[in-house]
Amino acid sequence: MVFFIIPMAFLFVLSFSSKAIVNGETSTTAYDYFNTFGNYIASAGTSYLVLLWRAIWTSAIATFVCLILAYPLAMAVCFAAPKWRPILLLLLILPFWINLLIRTYALYSIFRSTGVVNQTVGLIGLGPYEMLNNTTAVIMGLVYVYLPFMVLPLYSTIEKLDRSYLEASLDLGASQARTFWSVTWPLTLPGVITGIILVYIPCLGTFLTSDILGGPNNWTIGNAIQNQFLEANNWPFGAALSFILLYATFIALVIRALVAGRSKGVDA
Amino acid sequence: MSTPLKPGQGPLEYARRPWIIILFGLVLIFLYAPIASLIVFSFNVDKSGVWHGFTFMNYVKAWHNEAIFAALTNSITIAILSTVFSTIFGAMTALTLWRFKFPFKNIYEGFVALPIVVPEICMGISLAMFFNYTGMMAGVRDWIWPFNLINIVFAHIAFCFPFVAVVVRARLQGFNRQLEEASKDLGATELQTFTNVLVPFMAPSLVAGGLLAFTLSLDDFVITLFSSGPGSVTFPVKIYGMVKRGVDMQINAASTVLIVITLAATLIAMKLQAPSKTGH
Repeated sequence: MVFFIIPMAFLFVLSFSSKAIVNGETSTTAYDYFNTFGNYIASAGTSYLVLLWRAIWTSAIATFVCLILAYPLAMAVCFAAPKWRPILLLLLILPFWINLLIRTYALYSIFRSTGVVNQTVGLIGLGPYEMLNNTTAVIMGLVYVYLPFMVLPLYSTIEKLDRSYLEASLDLGASQARTFWSVTWPLTLPGVITGIILVYIPCLGTFLTSDILGGPNNWTIGNAIQNQFLEANNWPFGAALSFILLYATFIALVIRALVAGRSKGVDA
Repeated sequence: MSTPLKPGQGPLEYARRPWIIILFGLVLIFLYAPIASLIVFSFNVDKSGVWHGFTFMNYVKAWHNEAIFAALTNSITIAILSTVFSTIFGAMTALTLWRFKFPFKNIYEGFVALPIVVPEICMGISLAMFFNYTGMMAGVRDWIWPFNLINIVFAHIAFCFPFVAVVVRARLQGFNRQLEEASKDLGATELQTFTNVLVPFMAPSLVAGGLLAFTLSLDDFVITLFSSGPGSVTFPVKIYGMVKRGVDMQINAASTVLIVITLAATLIAMKLQAPSKTGH
C-alpha cells in the first residue's frame, strides 16, 4: 500500500518544487526550487487573466445551463414508475462512458459548415451558418459533455428526499412553486452543490472542447497550460498556471464541505 | 366535489408533466444524435455531410491504416495491463482501509481519493514532469514494444486504482464479519479464509472495478497526451491528431469500434455492480 503514497507524495512535492523559474536560459532541465513567485506574477499578466476570466465565466454559464436542464430531468427520473427509473437514468448517464474526445468530435462533425445540421437547413434554403469557433459552441460542448455529472448527484439527493414533506407542504395549501422553493430546493441543495462542483471543475480545466469547438479565439486557461507544456516549453510557468487551477479546485471543494456541513438537507 | 384529476395532474406526478417529457426527449436527442450521426456516417461513401451510399470501406481502410491500428493495439495493451495492476492495487487498498485501523488513516484515505478530484490536466502535467525529471520519458523511448508504453501504464494505474478501491470498498461494507470468524473457528488459516471467504465475496466488485478501470484507461486522453513520449501514441491521442487535420470518415469508423468496446464493458460492469440479492 505504501507503494502508492510515496509516488503520490513525491509527485506532490515535485509539482510544488518546479514552480520555481528556470535558471535564466542556461538550462532546460535543471530548476531552482522554491525560489520565486515570478511564475505567479507572470500569470497575473493581462493576457492570462483574460484566459482565466474566460474559463471562469464560460464554465459558469455551462454549469448553470446544466443545472436548469438536469434538475427537472432528475426530478422526472425520481418520480417515474420504479421499473422505468434505472432505464431512464441509464439513458441520461450512458454518454458519460463514451470517450470525451469522440463525443466532442461528433459534435464538431455535425455542426461544421458542411455537417448534417447545415445540410438539413440548406434543404429549406437557409444557411450555411457558421456554428463553430464561437463561445456559444464551447458552452454547448461543455453542457453536452458534462450534463451526466450534474444529473447523477441531483438524482441521488432527490431520490433520498422524503416525499411526505412535499405532500405536507402541498396539503397545507402551498402552491407547487412555493413548495419547490421552500421545501424541495433547500433540501436538495447539497446535491445541487455537488453537481455544480462536479461540472464546474472539469469545465475550468477543459482544453479539448475549447480547442476543437472554439478555435484559437476561445482559448481558456486549459489551452494555455497545454500550450506552455507541449509547445512553448515553459514548464514552470505551465505548472504555476495549473496550480492556480488546482487551488481553485480545492477552494471549491472546501466551500462544498462548508455548505454541506451547515445545510440540514440530504447529503449526496 | 372536486374535479377528478387527469393522468399527469397529480401533485407529485412530475414525471408525467408534458413539459418535462418534452424536455427529456429533447435532451436525449441532444445527447444521442451526434453519436448516432457519427456511427451512421462511418458507413458513408465520402466525407461530406450528405448520405451518398452504404459502405464498409472506412472500416477496411482504418484497419489497414498502420498508424491507427498501432494506436489501437497500444491502447488495448495499456488498458489490459493497467486494468490488471490497478485492480490488484485497488483491491489491496480497499482491504487495508476496511480491515485495519492505523494512525493518519483519514489522511491516507484522502490521498487515495485525490486522483479522482484533481483536474485531469493537472495530474497529466505532474506526471509528465515526474517522468521527465526521473529520465523515464527519454529512457523508455527505445525499449521494445510493449515496454515503451510503461510510462503510460504507470500513469493509468495511478488514476485508475482509486476508482477500483472505491468500488471494492463499497462492496466490503456489506461483508458480514461473522463469516470470517466462522471460517477461522472451523480451523481455516488466515490465508485460507482470505482465498475461500473474502475473495469470492469481493469477486463481483473486482470484476466491476476492473471493467471500470478498463474503460477509464481506454478512454483517457488528457493524461495520456502528456505522459506519452513521441513514439507511443494511443488511440485517443491519434484521433486528436487526425481531428486537428480535418474530418475523415476513418476516424468515425475507428471511433465506432471504440464506442462499442467501451459500452460493452460498461454494461457488463453495471450488471455486476447492481446490488445482488445474495451476499448480504
